[in-house]
Amino acid sequence: MISIVLEVNGDRHELEVEPRKLLSDVLRQDLGLTGTHVGCEHGVCGCCTILVDDQPARSCLMLAATADGARIDTVEGLQQPDGTLHPLQEAFHKHHGLQCGFCTPGFLMLASTLYKQAPGMTDEQIRTALGGQLCRCTGYVGIVRAVRAAAALEDER
Amino acid sequence: MKPPPFAYHRPRTRAEVDRLLAEHGADAKILAGGQSLIPIMNMRLSAPAHVIDINALEDEPAEPVVDDGVMRFGPLVRQAAAERWPERPPALAETLAYTAHPAIRSRGTIVGSVAHADPAAELPALVQALDGEVRARSTDGMRTIAARDFFLGALETALAANEWLEEVALPLRANGCAVEEFAYRHGDYAICGVIAVAQPGGGVTLPHFGVAEQAVRSELPDGRPETIREALAGVEMSDDLHATQAYRRHLAEVLGARAARRAAA
Repeated sequence: MISIVLEVNGDRHELEVEPRKLLSDVLRQDLGLTGTHVGCEHGVCGCCTILVDDQPARSCLMLAATADGARIDTVEGLQQPDGTLHPLQEAFHKHHGLQCGFCTPGFLMLASTLYKQAPGMTDEQIRTALGGQLCRCTGYVGIVRAVRAAAALEDER
Repeated sequence: MKPPPFAYHRPRTRAEVDRLLAEHGADAKILAGGQSLIPIMNMRLSAPAHVIDINALEDEPAEPVVDDGVMRFGPLVRQAAAERWPERPPALAETLAYTAHPAIRSRGTIVGSVAHADPAAELPALVQALDGEVRARSTDGMRTIAARDFFLGALETALAANEWLEEVALPLRANGCAVEEFAYRHGDYAICGVIAVAQPGGGVTLPHFGVAEQAVRSELPDGRPETIREALAGVEMSDDLHATQAYRRHLAEVLGARAARRAAA
């Protein structure tokens, strides 16, 4: 076991973890943050995408030990403490960007790094940027629409 | 789908990595970005007894540096950092656009991808296309290895068990260069890819990747795209469940001609 410190959604956590434990499992099992979903566990599906020091990353392809000292953001940190949804969450709701919801946390976290630029991007560019995330309900049309709409929803607030 | 147990090491200096590798050699794996190593450990295709995590090395450059017309990538330069680097030449930018997805590139390193030597990966092919070099180190010292001597086969390189890569060096050349690739999903490993580089004498060299056990370099001596079929005639293409040999040959010819045309333009 080794000692690590993670700052997750603004909260500092001191943890004892087995070196082989994946960051996705530490988030879900040790911290109870089950919003980060685990699909393929080999980096293909994108469900477990989170932010590590503001950059999108697959939490199933990172040892928690490697993340020692990092700032992590998960889907639980998107909404305001009073329950107000993040503009992206509101846009996904409004534009039917989620069906079964399994892939949604990964899409939201990746999209949180690019939705501000999305209004100036073509659909092709948005699709390429989101290309590492799989939605097996194939709800991509609604997802692309939601990512495009989020910045405007934020401006309206 | 979880990695098997291993002894975990987190060295702070490159010399400490050398010492750990001298001790554990073939039983150890270097963990940099982890975008190739962790999946194969999750799938239990690899079960190293020792993992040497180099992410905590101190004072490592986060960006490539240029000296004397050569781009130098240290062991912790992430692909995303190279992608955002203001001095990136078109050959590098085009190659990285095909390299996996944004969430992979933000962790994956240039040096790690080269050391992993996947025959369908873009970065090892770029090193071969640009006649780059790598620098290996160990407690025995350092040595520079030319691309043509480094890649030996699928996931096989000239690195000895006690060596690791501390640098990839690529010329910042001004010649034309063009990347073309086909994959079933943008960002996935190539079914067939090619990096064409215009040579000073009017010829075009093209390493194709994803088509065989390692990148296959061919040449169009006078640079004419119409001669691609002839140039690839002797190359044996892989045949697997993703694509038949005949289909790969078709892709190699079409993409090769397209890349050669753009590189020479």
